[in-house]
Amino acid sequence: MAVTSAVRDPLITGGKTVGDVSHDISRHVENKPTRSWYLAMAISLVLFAYGLYCVCTVLWQGIGMWGLNKTVGWAWDITNFVWWVGIGHAGTLISAILLLFRQRWRMSINRAAEAMTIFAVICAATFPLIHMGRLWLGFYWALPLPNTFGSLWTNFNSPLLWDVFAISTYFTVSLVFWYIGLIPDFATIRDRAVRQGKKVRAIVYNTLSFGWQGGAKTWMRYEAVALILAGLSTPLVLSVHTIVSMDFATSVIPGWHTTIFPPYFVAGAIFSGFAMVLTLLLITRALFKLEDYITIYHIELMNIIIIVTGSIVGVAYITELFISWYSGVEYEGYAFYNRVSGPYAWSYWSMMTCNVISPQLFWIKKIRTSIVATFVLSIIVNIGMWFERFVIIVTSLHRDYVPSSWTMFHPTMYDIGEYVFTFGLFFSAFLLFAKFFPVINMAEVKSIVKSTSEGTQGTPREVDQTRH
Amino acid sequence: MEANKNYIVGVFEDEDVLLDAVTTVRNSGVKIHEVYSPFPVHGLETALGYKRSRLPIAAFFFGLTGTTLALTMQIWMLGFDWPMIIGGKNFVSLPPFIPVTFELTVLLAALGMVATFMIVSDMKPYKWPQQFDVRSTDDKHVMAIDLATNSGKTTDDLSSLLKKVGASEVNLKSFE
Repeated sequence: MAVTSAVRDPLITGGKTVGDVSHDISRHVENKPTRSWYLAMAISLVLFAYGLYCVCTVLWQGIGMWGLNKTVGWAWDITNFVWWVGIGHAGTLISAILLLFRQRWRMSINRAAEAMTIFAVICAATFPLIHMGRLWLGFYWALPLPNTFGSLWTNFNSPLLWDVFAISTYFTVSLVFWYIGLIPDFATIRDRAVRQGKKVRAIVYNTLSFGWQGGAKTWMRYEAVALILAGLSTPLVLSVHTIVSMDFATSVIPGWHTTIFPPYFVAGAIFSGFAMVLTLLLITRALFKLEDYITIYHIELMNIIIIVTGSIVGVAYITELFISWYSGVEYEGYAFYNRVSGPYAWSYWSMMTCNVISPQLFWIKKIRTSIVATFVLSIIVNIGMWFERFVIIVTSLHRDYVPSSWTMFHPTMYDIGEYVFTFGLFFSAFLLFAKFFPVINMAEVKSIVKSTSEGTQGTPREVDQTRH
Repeated sequence: MEANKNYIVGVFEDEDVLLDAVTTVRNSGVKIHEVYSPFPVHGLETALGYKRSRLPIAAFFFGLTGTTLALTMQIWMLGFDWPMIIGGKNFVSLPPFIPVTFELTVLLAALGMVATFMIVSDMKPYKWPQQFDVRSTDDKHVMAIDLATNSGKTTDDLSSLLKKVGASEVNLKSFE
């Protein structure tokens, strides 16, 4: 048993009651979308349509439409893949790791963050799928299925195959975790629909809620399930980016072949993921007027995580530089010398500025509690994290062992188009989610309304923290 | 046709009042059918005398199935069915098999446990629940007492008991 501190800022402001929570969150599902929602959806769909055209062209003509050449065989495709997977990690961190640590501030943000995870993983998966060229043969190449070539199996020694298993497991488990969380909230919307006399909506949301009733026994099992899923997701999320980093680290390319990659990639993933959560939540909060649920205190806590992970990433960059010199390996040394001062130095220094220097501004309380500053910095961090992957991938490849094959990478409109495609996909999916699903976990927030809302400040109450 | 099932339903506003009410009601010898809440109320399962859920045990065995399946699959495919030399390693080299083994363990544990949860809790997409009070997913805690299992008590006894322990409303509800 522990006492909730009276010193902490309230997690829910505005003196909300349990009934207010249902009303404030459900009304976005029940009301017609606002004009800004339609505008955002229209922009997303335009991006999606343009991207779809590029994707279809690449599938029809082949991946020669991209700017890849024989020296730089991996570029935007894998950069975008790693970038999107990384973004997904924050959702799992918030819902699983913060659940295990009993951080109750996660409750207002976990739903949207998990939705972001799912859509980001879908976006990530499109890149390796399209890069296969002949997408329809992908099942035989990626999954251990008996095939016409005499049951030749997939190579389980390859990190690329580990990726297939890691990403698909991550996607499935995240989806299940997210859905389990949604079930009680769907039931809330169903019962509101019953009271409002909306028959169709009641039936649809009852189907979605699997006939949820909220009996004490079901809640007990539900909490056991949530706890175990969190326990499973925690090593899972760490394993996913570890395996993604092994796509590089198990090779012998200078600049990739380092043991620092797994922890460095995981920290970078959480860093970029929190930045994306902030970008999305600041918009959602303003659009749906959720200021009482996603408070400045929530934003500040997320910014603190950005300082921590951003600093870890900074230390990793410096360690890489030091080791490339200290190792005495000529090729390793050159790879980093080329990163810092070669033709791609502009991308290296963009990465350094965006990822290492800019998040340090969050040490100043005024900046980390400012919505405008947070929004701008969250976008800068995501630009920086995109450059990180670009730097790692392209600068290590474009100058290989034979100077006669040295070259540069130039993206075509199809490289760019496919990146645009994932943005269209991501934002239209997120907007659909925000319209039809409750964007905040109502059941969880209701459970903390009494103990941490503003009205009860100064009267600490005993809270059982042995269960989450 | 089966006879109607009659319940007496107490509506509670506050979870702390509810917890005390559950204990008092059970101590006075009344069997509670179930308590429905909009959010998990900690301590309610102990007050109602429920045993700990065994779902974690189920998850463990589903996970174990995943581990076994993944290892068997990889060892059989690369070691026996079609052995190939990859990077000069042994046909069966365990370290590179660990990632896939881990992922399948997690996958089966998660899916198996959630499926078990849905089955034991009788959750189906096409099922319309027996609702004692539609506000129980909004902001009210609802205690349902089955009149058939409490034949020693009259409706008036139960209703005054519920009022005494803090119910804001007491209603009768029957299902066919």
